[in-house]
Amino acid sequence: MLRFFAVRVARAMLTIALVVTFAFIVLRLSGDPALIIMGPEAPPEVIAAFRKAWGLDDPIWIQYFDYFGAIARGELGRSMRDGRPAIQLVLERIPATLALTIPALILKLGIGIPAGILAALHRGSIIDRAVMAAAVAGFTVPSFVLGLVLVLIFAVQLGWLPSGGQDSWRHAILPILTLGIGGAAVLARFTRSAMLEVLGQPYVRTASAKGVAWRAVVVRHALPNAAIPTVTIIGFMVGTLIAGAVVVESVFSWPGVGRLLVVAVANRDLAVVQCVLLLVAATMVASNLAVDFLYGFLDPRLRTGTQAGAH
Amino acid sequence: MADLSLPQQRAARRRLSLPNIPTAVVVTIVWILAILVVALLADQIAPYSLTRMDLKNRLAMPGNAAHWLGTDELGRDVLSRLLFSIRISLLIAFGATTISAVLGTLLGFLAAHFRGLIEQIVLMLADFQASMPFLILALAVLAFFGSSLQLLICLMGLYGWERYARIARGLAISAAAQGYAGAIRQLGATPSRIYFRHILPNIASTLIVSMTLVFPEVILLESGLSFLGLGVQPPMTSLGNMVGYAREYLGRAPWIMLAPATIIVLTTLAVSIIGDWLRDKLDPTLK
Repeated sequence: MLRFFAVRVARAMLTIALVVTFAFIVLRLSGDPALIIMGPEAPPEVIAAFRKAWGLDDPIWIQYFDYFGAIARGELGRSMRDGRPAIQLVLERIPATLALTIPALILKLGIGIPAGILAALHRGSIIDRAVMAAAVAGFTVPSFVLGLVLVLIFAVQLGWLPSGGQDSWRHAILPILTLGIGGAAVLARFTRSAMLEVLGQPYVRTASAKGVAWRAVVVRHALPNAAIPTVTIIGFMVGTLIAGAVVVESVFSWPGVGRLLVVAVANRDLAVVQCVLLLVAATMVASNLAVDFLYGFLDPRLRTGTQAGAH
Repeated sequence: MADLSLPQQRAARRRLSLPNIPTAVVVTIVWILAILVVALLADQIAPYSLTRMDLKNRLAMPGNAAHWLGTDELGRDVLSRLLFSIRISLLIAFGATTISAVLGTLLGFLAAHFRGLIEQIVLMLADFQASMPFLILALAVLAFFGSSLQLLICLMGLYGWERYARIARGLAISAAAQGYAGAIRQLGATPSRIYFRHILPNIASTLIVSMTLVFPEVILLESGLSFLGLGVQPPMTSLGNMVGYAREYLGRAPWIMLAPATIIVLTTLAVSIIGDWLRDKLDPTLK
């Protein structure tokens, strides 16, 4: 068990290191990092100080390690638009994003999982077909189209809700719905197939055959086992809480991290982009790690270590 | 999109689809062919040029004789812009899917051939790619390099390579243990001949099925980036650009948004349906 967790933690660190390497390579490939991070209008002495501080005159491999050091100390550069530390700009936007993504996640879980279980338990029925049709639609309709169609119906035609901005809770309804509906469809499809897989297993048949009530078979035997693969995709959804609303925030002019990222990319405000990239990587890695730990508790085979390689 | 987790269901499906092609698949194939023809012949069939403005007919409703799908606020013909958008979106999707399939398969073969360190590196990169949201990586690259059509195709070409790499590696390793690969090696064939002339044809069907899964996702990604104004740049236009642009006129002229949105949804749906059908037909082992 300890070895299993140690391997997972090591892999998480490795992923972070890969993201930092990715940022380093892309940053070096795109030109002089001093000019890029500080902006072309920065005074020469500031550039020189930056070069010295970041060791840009050192050999490339020393720079590479220094880059790691700087990131570990939280030195992520300043926004070239207003000169404030990039990390501060990004952290300020997180609450607004979470105000959309957390209710949306609850919506996804609340609709997606019951719909998937229901579809699996009544396979081939009207319910199943309706859920699957909705799931396919959820995959093929991009979030910006869904968002705009919701705006067209509820803001433009009916006039019930505002189409964008962040002035009241009513402004959050359409973006949350947009995020939630799409995610619920994905989750429903995934839960359904996990559930069908489990329902076909011999232990479910055995439980039924020895006279356990169907309800108890589902609740005690099928659901816990179907939860194992479902936890993975939920973990991925938790990992995207920070960055999963890039497109939807733009549709609804919602001032979150995603909107900040899009504006930063359009203005080539690289310090901010780099900061969001690293933050997203850290969130993804943390949630993957949490999923791995949760697996350890959900799947007893992993605890013995014998099956660790198989996952 | 049915999940064929049960063998009986799979068998039943195959029995149904083997003798003749299901109607839904025929319809989707016809749709894809029509879209392809439109993309290839956009110059010939578009009633107006991409930028031609008809200032007397601004925001014209769809259904009039001069502009079947109406016009936007500069009086540009929505149908003509739609045809050129389809061409650009498909070009990016085809280009990117091809690059990603070639790259992934090559890396998968390299991993299978050399094993050891190279295999570990390929698998590590694949894990990395799968664990990061691609949209964020793509946005970071676009921020550093700016956007151009070539860069966009190459960037989208990095999407999904890890799936081909995993499949190609797994299948090549198991194929290498089979008789035909061993026989051809005994005859003195070079590794590249074994991989590309003998193993590749045997695993091609699985790779093609993966391509049908990646293709719609590339269309959605590109249209998302273009919608944000960070993908295809004006004066070129793609389906996502049109939707992004139409957002401003949602209240007065919803058709400018609905026309490209419908094409995006129907095309991704069509490719997904064909992919599901191919998966059932070609490769019952792939879930």
